[in-house]
Amino acid sequence: MSAPDGAVRVLTPTGMLGAGFTESSVDRGLELGADVIAVDGGSTDSGPHYLGSGTAKTTAAAVARDLRILLRAAARARIPLIVGSCGTSGTDSGVTWVAGIVEDVLREEKLDLSVATIFSEQTADFVKTRLRDRAVHPLAPSSALDESTVDECTHIVGMMGHEPIVEALRAGADVVLAGRATDTALAAAVPLMRGLPAGPAWHAAKIVECGGQCTTNPRAGGVLATIDRTGFTIEPLDPEAACTPISVAAHMLYETVNPFVMREPAGELDVTDAVYTALDARRVRVEGSRFHPARHTIKLEGARITGYETMSFTAIRDEHILANIEEWTDLFVKVFTGRVAQTLGLDTADYAFDLRRYGYDAILGSLDPATRPPREVGVMLLVRAATQELATAVAKVANPLMLHLPTPDMDYLPSLAFATSPAETERGAVYEFALHHVVDTRTPTEMFRTEHRKAVTHD
Amino acid sequence: MTEQRTLGDLALEVRSKNAGPFWVTMELFLRDEAGYALAAEIVDEDLVASLHEVRAQDVQIFRIPALNVVKISFPRPVPQGGLHDRDVHAGQHHVPLASVPAHPRG
Repeated sequence: MSAPDGAVRVLTPTGMLGAGFTESSVDRGLELGADVIAVDGGSTDSGPHYLGSGTAKTTAAAVARDLRILLRAAARARIPLIVGSCGTSGTDSGVTWVAGIVEDVLREEKLDLSVATIFSEQTADFVKTRLRDRAVHPLAPSSALDESTVDECTHIVGMMGHEPIVEALRAGADVVLAGRATDTALAAAVPLMRGLPAGPAWHAAKIVECGGQCTTNPRAGGVLATIDRTGFTIEPLDPEAACTPISVAAHMLYETVNPFVMREPAGELDVTDAVYTALDARRVRVEGSRFHPARHTIKLEGARITGYETMSFTAIRDEHILANIEEWTDLFVKVFTGRVAQTLGLDTADYAFDLRRYGYDAILGSLDPATRPPREVGVMLLVRAATQELATAVAKVANPLMLHLPTPDMDYLPSLAFATSPAETERGAVYEFALHHVVDTRTPTEMFRTEHRKAVTHD
Repeated sequence: MTEQRTLGDLALEVRSKNAGPFWVTMELFLRDEAGYALAAEIVDEDLVASLHEVRAQDVQIFRIPALNVVKISFPRPVPQGGLHDRDVHAGQHHVPLASVPAHPRG
């Protein structure tokens, strides 16, 4: 059921699939006449591990729990469900993983919904070809891309806009499981498909992308945005929560470099002149958002292995060492690097380490304005080397020091408080984000591959 | 001697976060217009550069009187999730800004 005069109501139950929400909040969205459910399944925010390894941050049971509620709701209301950035990073493995969970739920719940999967992973050959075409451009603060960086990436994804999602919906999909997509493309897709203006569609999509983050109670759950010809209206699904002009406008600040101008594949959202007005105590009207079409580009994300890490963690409560923690650290580094050279024959070009003093200055280091003495300090040693075996060997050389190292002026050996046995934990391969570039496209959908699975009638 | 007021004391909230893997952004949500006016004057590119050991020309500042907000963005100094990244979400990096004394420049 569509809202009057061609308006589209987008239900966003949560900022992240698998984070949880109440079934009653989704029911409330359906009662309000939702035309589509859009939910994000990923982010780069938790670091390069998930893209690098092609694994998900969320656990399957939590994703299945959320999908069960959403698939039942979509089937009951006969409205589409759009999930983006499946499996955290939107790799092909992430899309396949979410598609498998969806298939199980559809079978268990006997729901006859057709499913489109949109794959967004890119081959190194494609990226290198476009690089040679001079069609790959760096985003600030990165510099021009070289082919060896492309080859080093374990996974590369292109961040789709609304176009492949719209194409899948037009082809009849009830459920769209997209690989890497802009957070906004999920909520903007149906309003744009129905011909609503791009300014309000993209602005509303940006406001709802983190679910309840734009409300006065971010933990209260999802929101409903109604997009129409002149703007959009936003309200929380939880009757106890409220959207205020400040809470909605302030959401443009969240995780954005520039809160007024945001690049999408098809152009730029400009909210400089947007006006936020309270309709009542819990609904906000937004007008004046604009969208400037620009050259169509797709942002690339890629991650590469930087080495293998082993972690060790000990803790200090001894007052004398705490009072002389800088001297203790200096001695640690000196004895540790010396012992690694002596026993393993390695110099500091062969491995790297980070010694963190939690409780003292681990988080901010030299930027920390505080000078209070610590009550206790947790000492984390992270060692990175070309292989796991080497990283662990280096960390094990540090083990006796993390157990017994005194300060230079102590004439006995203290025993420090290891947190676990064994002290060392192998962290596996570690990654870094290697791409921060855009590709000029020839068509908005050329970099994405869609597969359709027809609805199965369950007996 | 009275305790010196900080920007954090004038604010409802001071926060920091990644803005994608390659940028950090932080916001001061000031309690009122007076606090906003003071923060908008105190916080500039040079101050942020010295607090975070980054180049002043890379710092972007947005002063938003309608929200009583001063927003700051700059390239992430340490690669996200790397060996030397001690704050994967950059969620604790607002503290130096919040600790800046809140008095007008003389």
